Amino acid sequence: MSEIASNPARLTGQKLLVEGLYKRFGSVEVLEGVSLSAQSGDVIALIGSSGSGKSTVLRCLNLLEKPNAGRIVVSGEELKLVADRKGELGAADPAQLQRIRARLSMVFQQFNLWGHMTAIENIIEAPMHVLGLSKAEAIARAERYLDRVGVSHRKDAYPAHMSGGEQQRVAIARALAMEPEVMLFDEPTSALDPELVGEVLRVMRSLAEEGRTMLVVTHEMGFAREVANRVVFLHRGVIEEEGPPADVLGAPKSERLKAFLASSLK
Amino acid sequence: MIDWALIVESLPAYWRGLQVSLLLMLICISASFVLSVPLAIARVSPNPWLAKPVFLYTYVLRGTPLLVQLYMIYFGLAQFEWLRESAAWPLFRNAWFCAWLAFALNSTAYTTEILAGALRQTPSGELEAARSLGMSTAKIYRRILLPSAIRRALPQYGNELVMVMHATSIASAVTIVELTRTARDVYYNNLAPLEAFGLVAVFYFAITFTLVGIVKLLERRFLKHLQPKSADPAPTRP
Repeated sequence: MSEIASNPARLTGQKLLVEGLYKRFGSVEVLEGVSLSAQSGDVIALIGSSGSGKSTVLRCLNLLEKPNAGRIVVSGEELKLVADRKGELGAADPAQLQRIRARLSMVFQQFNLWGHMTAIENIIEAPMHVLGLSKAEAIARAERYLDRVGVSHRKDAYPAHMSGGEQQRVAIARALAMEPEVMLFDEPTSALDPELVGEVLRVMRSLAEEGRTMLVVTHEMGFAREVANRVVFLHRGVIEEEGPPADVLGAPKSERLKAFLASSLK
Repeated sequence: MIDWALIVESLPAYWRGLQVSLLLMLICISASFVLSVPLAIARVSPNPWLAKPVFLYTYVLRGTPLLVQLYMIYFGLAQFEWLRESAAWPLFRNAWFCAWLAFALNSTAYTTEILAGALRQTPSGELEAARSLGMSTAKIYRRILLPSAIRRALPQYGNELVMVMHATSIASAVTIVELTRTARDVYYNNLAPLEAFGLVAVFYFAITFTLVGIVKLLERRFLKHLQPKSADPAPTRP
């Protein structure tokens, strides 16, 4: 199956394909058949009210949550999944999972920087110990991306000594340093003080302009409208509407999306 | 009146006792540190077949006095004929080996719990970040979990070091002439309890003071990331 999936994917520049994603927490159905695909350079904004399952979609892609069903294909390589006793899908081959995770780096709501490491140590860690870069190469790369997100001046600071905006930009640099195929952003500005949101959104906008493939779970409707080329609205675990931001946000069809947009613009 | 002459006269004996106490402490804490790292990992494992036996071990050893444990190993095990006839008997007949074993096993129990507690305090987000970047479980332990947990455990581990140091005095019960035994000998020979035990107290205090100082230095070096912001140079905007 992966052979069939891989060839057309390479031709069309498909970076990510998810099909029929189901996820249950106990008796609660969180995702009920979500399918998504991202071409190279796509910036997809996932929106929806809390509990709609948008973060779960992202966390299933790199198996931080184990889906109950679904296919995940990254740049033509299908992630091999096997069901465990509880009926949840885990990686059949841990090495393949690690390889795919390294190509899908994630930025978290709570930054999740490693507290005992300085900014630059946070960034060189995975390139050295996952990708196998030498320390000199990793440092050169880290300095480039720290500069890219505008926090070079904080490279020797520990996370607890930085502001939230600085921490999140370091976390973005950490994800960038993996030079991933797709970047996953899980509500990257939701834990920030309002005055710090802008600096993170500016960095994300400039990454989108570079042509990076990004999947962004967000509450920032302005970002979704101006930066994303596709908006996906999730409601109760299914995709209710999707399309270009002008259509989805400008001319919502379903009552639910209209209600959601009305409440989030307030 | 304090007999200063006696104190000066017995200083060389105390010096030898001090060396014995320090040596005993060093071999015990080295063994307990090496043993407690894998045991702490097992202790926090979701697999009950790993976690439960370690819990039982730490529970039993923390629940009985060290002196009793030492007596069990040194006197108690000698009752078993098969042990007396085994190749291990020369070891179990040796007071040093028995003291080392008892102290190391005891300290391992406490150190395991300290480390396991620190491992459990690791923010789950830091683990998720490591996983999401493609690190293997072994690498996550080696690069993220253990370095951060050992740092966090440092203040408590410093206390454990002091406790082990004080516990070495119990070795005097099985013929090892360390500091406390030296003091007792000086007391018996001269019937000068104040001089004999007062001097040993000064020695123990000096070692404790030094140990606490070393741990404080280590904390300053390795817990920089937990110190208040003012410890960091003021950020400059570009």
